[in-house]
Amino acid sequence: MDVKGMLDAVYAPSEDIVARSIEGELIIVPLVSGIGDLEDELYSLNETGKAIWDRLDGKKTLKDVADELSAEFEAPAGEIEKDLIGLLEELVRRKILVAVG
Amino acid sequence: MTCLEKSEETSPYLLRVSSQEASFWKTVKPLLGHLDMELTERCNNNCIHCGINLPAGDSAAKQRELSTATIKSILTEAASLGCFSVRFTGGEPLLREDFEEIYLHARKTGLKVILFTNATLVTPALAELFSRIFPLEDIEISVYGIKKTSYEAVTRAPGSFEAAWRGIHLLLEKKVPFVVKSALLPPNRGEVEDFETWASTVPWMDDFPSYSVFFELHGRRDEKRNQMIRSLRPEPNAGVQFLARRKKKYLNEMEAFCSKFIGPPGDRLFACGAGVGGACVDAYGMAQLCMDLRHPQTVYDLKKGSLNEAVTQFFPQVREVKPENPDYVARCARCFLKGLCEQCPAKAWAEHGTLDTPVDYYCEIAHTEARVLGLLRKDERAWEVSDWKERLRNLSHREYGIKSKRRSSWT
Repeated sequence: MDVKGMLDAVYAPSEDIVARSIEGELIIVPLVSGIGDLEDELYSLNETGKAIWDRLDGKKTLKDVADELSAEFEAPAGEIEKDLIGLLEELVRRKILVAVG
Repeated sequence: MTCLEKSEETSPYLLRVSSQEASFWKTVKPLLGHLDMELTERCNNNCIHCGINLPAGDSAAKQRELSTATIKSILTEAASLGCFSVRFTGGEPLLREDFEEIYLHARKTGLKVILFTNATLVTPALAELFSRIFPLEDIEISVYGIKKTSYEAVTRAPGSFEAAWRGIHLLLEKKVPFVVKSALLPPNRGEVEDFETWASTVPWMDDFPSYSVFFELHGRRDEKRNQMIRSLRPEPNAGVQFLARRKKKYLNEMEAFCSKFIGPPGDRLFACGAGVGGACVDAYGMAQLCMDLRHPQTVYDLKKGSLNEAVTQFFPQVREVKPENPDYVARCARCFLKGLCEQCPAKAWAEHGTLDTPVDYYCEIAHTEARVLGLLRKDERAWEVSDWKERLRNLSHREYGIKSKRRSSWT
């Protein structure tokens, strides 16, 4: 999918993972095998990653998410989109996120 | 945070961590980090050294066990308290007909699962489930012998040897990670080398297998069982020699351990971490500080209260209990081998029915180890040693931990 296609798409957490909030920290626990490079790999998102993740609700397009982040964090839209897509590509590749619809 | 950080080729926002070292919350600890759940006290083996098992067909025990719904609700509550891993133990947890449902619930709640099993009840379907939905922690399999004669002399269950190896091979075929461990017992004492040779072929074994050596007495204080267990315990010196058979490895590990964990406990009865950041639940819904501590005054009935109450209110009260036994106060409270010594309220309960009676067997083992490590001289009693800090410093400064004058201990 090209960048424009990604920005128009809607993403949601995959059913192959469990996302947990423990003491304010987001932990992504793989449910099925093949998500991590190692069978016991877990994931966490830093504050920025979490700000993105919290908006991936299966309803907003990535462009909507980028606009919200741009307003909140006063960063250039292009930089935010680049960061968003970087994270999204990895999460989709690892089947942590799936495109909806 | 004022601005999104600069992106690189791989997103810098996603942190990958092996679950073995999962400590995202090093600074903020959840109320409950780990839960032990004894799913049943029943077992299809009848191991000669076991301190808990009831017969597999014990219908009264089965009837008293927690329902599927209650177990799931405890797991859900544990997760809500921040719990990250659950250990299913027993008895043999796979005896529960609802094991798959319980396992799936735990995993779907976001818990890592550690399973203690004898592997005899692993079916193709269960191996397939574990391969599809990994436990995220290695399964731990107790292997009681490398030959049918030795294995079944321990388990006293005909056919258990073949069943265990069938289960182990199913897990191997499906590449489900597991490690093996054993118990050093008269029937298998001559097979340690063969067992370790085989264990080294298990792909997930990155160290020698661990062994139970100094067996704990029965958790419910069954005197008939205890007579058998006592008869199987090695003499402290023989047991310590076994533990120290790879001397460099042993000394390096003990040096690291002693520098961190030993020292006189003073008037604290609970000098260990029992009930701090972790909890255990027995097969009937009693929350315990540790799985071995079954003294009626130290358990909390989850049918009458919540896990949250157990962890936040009941456990701290229990940990406040002070030792009263004069012998304990005169010896254990002042003993710098605390930590090395396995004396604890759970052991005192199993051995003597109190929380604070010194257990001479563990005392002797600790003194034997301390002499091997060069921390004690012959005939010294550790609670009478005042320069223990200096002795510990000397231990940590020794190359491989052996002083030439003590080398003869190892021959």
